[in-house]
Amino acid sequence: MSKITRRKFLAASAAGGTAIMMAPTKKAFAAGSFEGFPDGMGVLVDLTRCVGCRTCEAACNKEQQLPEPAKPFDDYSVFDEIHHGQKRRTTDKAYTIVNRYELKDTEEPLYRKIQCNHCNEPACLTSCFVNAYKKTPEGAVIYDSHVCVGCRNCMIACPFHIPAYTYHSVLNPVIKKCIFCYDTRLKEGKPPACVESCPQQVMTFGKRKDLMKIAHERIKKNPGKYVDHVYGEKEVGGTGWFYISNAPFEEAGFDVHLPKKPIIDNVKDFLAIVPVVLTVWPALFTGFHLLATKGKSHGHGDDHSHDEQGGH
Amino acid sequence: MKKLETFGIKPHDASLKNDGQKWSIMEKLLLGLTLDQYIGQALRNKLNWLFAIIFAIGIPVILYRFVFSLGAVTHGSYDYPWGLFLGFGLFCMVPLSASGFMLGTTVEIFGRHDFEPIERLALLNGLLGYFFAVVYLLVDLGQPWRLSYPMVYSFGPAAVLFLVGWHVATYLSVQVMEVSTAFFEWIGFQRGYDFIRKGTIGLTVSGVILSTLHQGALGALFLYAPGKVHPLWYSAPFQWILFFISSIPAGLCMVISVSTIVIYTMKWRCDKRFIDNLDWITIALAKGAAMGLSTYIIMKFIAVAHDNEWAYFFTGWGAWWWFEMLGFVILPLAILSYGIRHKLVGLCRIGAFLTVFGILLNRLNTALIAFNWQLYQEIPHYLEIIIAITIFAIYIATYRFILARLPILYKFRSQAEE
Repeated sequence: MSKITRRKFLAASAAGGTAIMMAPTKKAFAAGSFEGFPDGMGVLVDLTRCVGCRTCEAACNKEQQLPEPAKPFDDYSVFDEIHHGQKRRTTDKAYTIVNRYELKDTEEPLYRKIQCNHCNEPACLTSCFVNAYKKTPEGAVIYDSHVCVGCRNCMIACPFHIPAYTYHSVLNPVIKKCIFCYDTRLKEGKPPACVESCPQQVMTFGKRKDLMKIAHERIKKNPGKYVDHVYGEKEVGGTGWFYISNAPFEEAGFDVHLPKKPIIDNVKDFLAIVPVVLTVWPALFTGFHLLATKGKSHGHGDDHSHDEQGGH
Repeated sequence: MKKLETFGIKPHDASLKNDGQKWSIMEKLLLGLTLDQYIGQALRNKLNWLFAIIFAIGIPVILYRFVFSLGAVTHGSYDYPWGLFLGFGLFCMVPLSASGFMLGTTVEIFGRHDFEPIERLALLNGLLGYFFAVVYLLVDLGQPWRLSYPMVYSFGPAAVLFLVGWHVATYLSVQVMEVSTAFFEWIGFQRGYDFIRKGTIGLTVSGVILSTLHQGALGALFLYAPGKVHPLWYSAPFQWILFFISSIPAGLCMVISVSTIVIYTMKWRCDKRFIDNLDWITIALAKGAAMGLSTYIIMKFIAVAHDNEWAYFFTGWGAWWWFEMLGFVILPLAILSYGIRHKLVGLCRIGAFLTVFGILLNRLNTALIAFNWQLYQEIPHYLEIIIAITIFAIYIATYRFILARLPILYKFRSQAEE
């Protein structure tokens, strides 16, 4: 009987060991915290300067060779569009859009440009099981469509509702989102098309850490003009694009309840459980088995391994 | 089948015929009936007619999805990237299939061989549930032909979905091996049967490991969306454990439900051992489910207390939360407890069905209903609903096909006679 016990024990250990090998170090990328590349570029968006001309939308459309929109870029009726009770959002045909928000205290509406915020520690990147996303040292969050399986977990994960999907493509549906004009401009140190096109100089392009100083100085130098908050400095671990505004951010449609830590921090508790279960469970349950079946038949009721082995 | 029985015709249930000859595969596929008898009983079965209608509508729609893209059969929502295919197909089917590892553990690890009559049903329930969860996934993925990429081509090991993918794939093969013993018996491949039986403990232990992790991981997937899932259905530290614990009553109650349906509709296929043991096994499984449910309730409240979300109880979402908890967790627990105490099998079965619906509601709440609670409610496209129903019908048809043939509900007589 001891022979069978040992064999079964070995079989269980081997299975456990295999399970461990089959689950590579899941913690590798999750551990520690990452606050962005030191020389990563960013953009400071000053909402007080935006007049809602949509020039940036047109520039993006041209630069990224996107299809012509249903309404031309000088048609301002788009600001009244409501889908499912929501204002416009980024789509697979528009990587950036401008929305208008009515404010409580003043007659003047506020315009806000929306695009990928290029997080320091992007949720899309950490949620992707084929590692299709990459945060480049220049600061852009880019995406490799050649490995994308189309699970759309990144769309679930993005706290800003940015990635869009080409659902209507049959053979090659992919994620579409702002890539900071990485291929055509950022790689060569040039600002993205939207920033360059803006007639109001709403956006300032530069190193993220320098821009952060400028943002705080601008708030300090103009007392009463700005809300004392840089949206994107701390939100979800910090974003490459960040905003200053004269109105409270929730009135401009920002989600002000986002955690200050990167999204992946929520998942780390669970990821820490993984190696524990993988290593402890095999011994635990094999132990249970030995404890529970001591002195009893080890075989299955209809198992004839006993007879066979006895016969050798 | 009942009608045939009155003529004294018995389905095939042993490796040898009464006259000592072997059954051929064709004869086995036809359940030991002649072709005419087989077609006759198939046509008399009303469920087959329902399936025929569903398949006639649904299968063209599934083809339509692959010819005209996902956008043609869903709303192609950017805000609800996961619809019914994952919300129902993945997040509901997987917990309802947790039965395999639990009964496997009971019988093989804890040596409770008295549960053997139900073990294979539980294993098969697990295998088919996972298999069809993957079928749903294949319909949902934008590029399903790249399904193996996270395994072989491009790794994103920090992602929870990476873990889910790996574990579901590995566990699926573990389950194929576990169920293959029944298949080897059926085709009469004794050496294959012996080979797999020797690795049973190893297979069962890996089943427990993989199940613990990926049942939890399905919950952890939503941890990427704080703020999108309503706080009452979201808990960063406890999400994985809530999903794992609720999968225990889910799997057990699914076995009770399936065995109930089987005993009423496929009694001809059950042997005496299964029929005689089913009542006490149902009550024993109900006990396990009741313990699972009470643990789950406590964890649910701990999760609310931990994040101090009591205020949400007084909102509309709070009422919906209470509806789920009272109607589909606490009520079934009460019914199960009463049924266990007074040994009422029927009540235990009602409790089990309610629990299954409770799991469906909980997973759909997390994935679809309470998801994007600050935006708007997505109502799935009608073609999406048709596809989901069709795949489920294929699941039931496959389930029935296997139950009718493999020695799941009955034991091969040649072995019983030993």
